[in-house]
Amino acid sequence: MSTAVLSTCPDCTDSVPVPAGTRVSSIVVCPACKVELEVISLEPAEFALAPEIEEDFGE
Amino acid sequence: MLAVLTTRVRLEERLLLDALERRAVPHEVVDDRSLVVELQSGTPTRYTGVFNRIMSHTRSVYSAHLFEASGHRVVNSSHVIELCGDKILTSLALVRAGLPTPRTVVSVTPDAALRAVETVGYPAVVKPAVGSWGRLLSKINDRDAAETVIEHKQAMRSPAHSVFYVQELVDKPARDIRAIVLGDRVVAAVYRRSEHWITNTARGATTEPCALDPDLVDLALRAAKAVGGGMLAVDLIERSTGELLVTEVNHTMEFHGLAAVADVDIADLIVDHLEEVLFR
Repeated sequence: MSTAVLSTCPDCTDSVPVPAGTRVSSIVVCPACKVELEVISLEPAEFALAPEIEEDFGE
Repeated sequence: MLAVLTTRVRLEERLLLDALERRAVPHEVVDDRSLVVELQSGTPTRYTGVFNRIMSHTRSVYSAHLFEASGHRVVNSSHVIELCGDKILTSLALVRAGLPTPRTVVSVTPDAALRAVETVGYPAVVKPAVGSWGRLLSKINDRDAAETVIEHKQAMRSPAHSVFYVQELVDKPARDIRAIVLGDRVVAAVYRRSEHWITNTARGATTEPCALDPDLVDLALRAAKAVGGGMLAVDLIERSTGELLVTEVNHTMEFHGLAAVADVDIADLIVDHLEEVLFR
C-alpha cells in the first residue's frame, strides 16, 4: 500500500501520481503521454511500460 | 497460505486483496510471469489453496493444471477454465445440459464458414472461440459481409481464427444480464445496458441492479453446474418474448460494473466462498 506519491514516466519522463491504495502490478495511465504503466514497485514508486493486452486475455 | 495467481492488479483484484487483508486471510500474490514449475518436483511452494485470477486463458489453464498436479485445490479448476474459456466448449456443455442458448453453428475451417453462417441465417454473429471483452465480434447482415469477414479471418492465418463460432443475433432489449454464482448460490445480478449490440462493460455498457427472480436463479445455477460449478459469472440475454438464454459462463469474473450498483460486497462474498471451499 502507498500514500499518494509521484514518480516519473519511463516514456515521457513526466511526473505520474500514484493514488493511495495502488498495489504492485496495478496499471496507471501517464497523465502527460497517456501511455499505460505497470507499477513495478512502491515506496519509491517505479513504473515500466505495461505489457500489451494479449488476444486470449479476458475473463 | 492461500496463493492468489495474478497477471495485473485490476479493480477486482484490488477489492479481493483488500478483502483478504481485512479478514486476515494469509495469502501470497503470485504473478503468473514469475511462475516456473519443474513437473517432477511440483510447485516450489505448498499452499493451502490457489485462487486463480490470471487474465490470459492459456496461462490460466496451464497454471491451474500445474498447481493441481502438485496436489493443490485451484478455484476455479482447470476443467472449468478449459470449458468456460472456450465458447464452443461452453456452448456444448450448455446444450448437453438442455439449457436454452442462442442457436449456434460451428465450422472448423473457413471453407465451411459461409455454410455455417447461412445455416444460422442473417443477421448472424461470429465470435472468436477464445476471447473476451467483446473483441473481434462481428455482426453479419448479409452474404457480402459474411464473405468479407471470412476472408479477413482467413488472412490472419491463425488456427484459432480459422474456426467459426456462429450464433443467431438475438433481438434482446438493449441489455443483457450478468449473474454471479458462488457454489450453489446466486449472490447478485445486474443488467448491462448499451445501445450498441455488444452489451459488455469493457465496451462502455452501464450497469443497474437486476432482481434475482426464480427463473433467473434456476437458469444461472444450472448453467454453472453444466460447466462444473465454482465461482462463475453467467451471462444471459432475453428474447423479445421474455425467454431467457444463457450466452456465456465466465471463470475469472470481472465485477467492476456489478460492484458499482450491487447492494452486496461481492469481494467479501467471494472470500467467504474461498474460505468455505478451500479451508473448511
